[in-house]
Amino acid sequence: MRRHRLLRAAGVALAFALVVAACGGDDEVAAADCSEGQVDGDLNFYNWSEYIDPELITAFEGEYGVDVVESFYESNEAMLAQLQSGVSYDLVVPSDYMIGIMISEGLLTPLDRDAIPNLDNLADRFKAPPYDPDLEYSAAYQWGTTGLGVNLDLVGDAFKPSWALVFDPALTSTFAGGVSVLNDPRETMGAALEYLGYSLNDTDIDHLNEAAELIKNAKAGIATFDSDQYDESLVNGEVAVAHGYSGNMIVAIGEADNPDSFTYILPEEGATLWIDNMAIPADSAAPCTAHTFVNYLLDAENGATLTNWNYYGSPNAAAEAFIDEEVVDFYADIESATVEVITDTGDYEINYTDKLAEAKS
Amino acid sequence: MSTTSGVRPKSPTERLLAANSWVVYAFFYAPILVLIVFSFNDNNNVGIWTEPSFRWYEAMLDDNDVLRAIRTSLIVALISTVVATILGTMAALALERFRFRGQRAYDGLVYLPIIIPDVTMAVMLLLFFAQGFRILDGLIGWSPSFGIGTISLSHIAFNISFVAVVVRARLGQLDPRLEEAAADLYANRWQAFRRVTLPLILPGVMGGALLALTLSLDDVVVTSFVAGPGATTLPVYVFGLVRRAVTPLINAVSTTMLVASMILVGISLGFQRNTRSTVPVTEPQPEPANQ
Repeated sequence: MRRHRLLRAAGVALAFALVVAACGGDDEVAAADCSEGQVDGDLNFYNWSEYIDPELITAFEGEYGVDVVESFYESNEAMLAQLQSGVSYDLVVPSDYMIGIMISEGLLTPLDRDAIPNLDNLADRFKAPPYDPDLEYSAAYQWGTTGLGVNLDLVGDAFKPSWALVFDPALTSTFAGGVSVLNDPRETMGAALEYLGYSLNDTDIDHLNEAAELIKNAKAGIATFDSDQYDESLVNGEVAVAHGYSGNMIVAIGEADNPDSFTYILPEEGATLWIDNMAIPADSAAPCTAHTFVNYLLDAENGATLTNWNYYGSPNAAAEAFIDEEVVDFYADIESATVEVITDTGDYEINYTDKLAEAKS
Repeated sequence: MSTTSGVRPKSPTERLLAANSWVVYAFFYAPILVLIVFSFNDNNNVGIWTEPSFRWYEAMLDDNDVLRAIRTSLIVALISTVVATILGTMAALALERFRFRGQRAYDGLVYLPIIIPDVTMAVMLLLFFAQGFRILDGLIGWSPSFGIGTISLSHIAFNISFVAVVVRARLGQLDPRLEEAAADLYANRWQAFRRVTLPLILPGVMGGALLALTLSLDDVVVTSFVAGPGATTLPVYVFGLVRRAVTPLINAVSTTMLVASMILVGISLGFQRNTRSTVPVTEPQPEPANQ
């Protein structure tokens, strides 16, 4: 996800400039030539913390007779910097916008589809993501959305699924405790843009000013701008509606004393979809083991094991039959919702930060 | 520090100051107390108390990734503390006791790693290793890989400065005539250092070492940039956990680390008290026997 993104932006820009200057042009990366089930060495797997069921790793090691060496990163940018400087990993799990950056930097190996027949298991939504439309370099790992957690006891059952639940002061001022909104430039400005009928990737400064004005006027009903504790505030009854990430919401609501009093909705105007992806670095020393591992995780039952363990959405359509019912139900409303992936807007990015700060002050 | 005897402070100003220090202590330690209490919480959410349990400690001991990260952190901390303490103490001695060409420049440069931002340091070190390894590979066809080695070297790089600063402060208070006296008694430089200087600056050295240990166990930014396959330290791992719902597992891990470092501090305090009782003149008076 994108919590520490701006914090790192400076460092990454620097790493970029220096490493690119030092290496000169990037060579065209040749596609791997692997067959299904082929292994060519141990797998150096670079992943987010607590993102894969250890049982899946153990089973893979037993089945194919290779070791999986796990390392962990805490931001896409740290992972990027490592790959830029030639540290050799065989499989990484970058978020959507980062795939685009890595492709243009020549850091990824094109996938050999013959070695990954299970790519067909992906749901249609994940077969043509905007950052890699032909799935040339990546295959979806897990996904989630940003929406609204609602306390039904405080809001009632008869609400419209809309961003009005946080941005309409006439409505929010009637909620006991008010509402909580993420303190994240892209997510929060994006939500306001969606409410106004624009895309969350809109780069028209007038539209952004309108969105800032909307947030400013909505402040009467906004109890807090919070990206860390919103899920707990919601289930504790401190706020009536919380803007937040699906992954945290499902855990918090599931653990609440009265889970039936809460629901998670995607506003009808549109919400954020994020997708983490498996990709094989150009410097991989065991690209075929990596292909085999990707194919293994895209298997129907393994995909279900993954989701049943980490509670994120599964991009694997074939896995659905094996996924716990409450997890399937939780993520089901994506089918009818409008969702958008946040894309990198380059130099325009700073405007989201500035306008959110302006709206909050 | 104790200037008065055990008399209770009477004046309003003193009472105010005493109250203030308690408030400051509360401000420092209340969050730690909350962290510890909630590590025994039987709930998936950090902030919602249900009932006491050791559930998260069990989860920690069952989690091989966490245990591996703890091991990596301890190895790196140990290596970088020992090496940085030795090199930092040597740097402090060189700056405080000797005059050499380029000393002023060196003096200023020692503080650099303390001043420059973490992320700059991280990028510099990463580039240094990447380029160095590339050149080495071109020359002899072999190069080391990123991992515990590069993390340790990076931690040594910033820890030297902190140790040097702490030790130097201690050296500055030390009366140089003590070493001269040792020389008068036919001690060579090494003997004078070993028997006189080192015991007297030991609290400073230990303080520097503890600081180095803490900084090493704590570092996220530099570490995540210079890490390699299979080498994830605990702070990097924990930072990554924040991405999903924060569970009391983090509290359990933090409490364990806290207890471990308190034991370390305890040991070092006991050590310093020992040195104090065997060496009569640890606290040099500003003008002990002048004129």
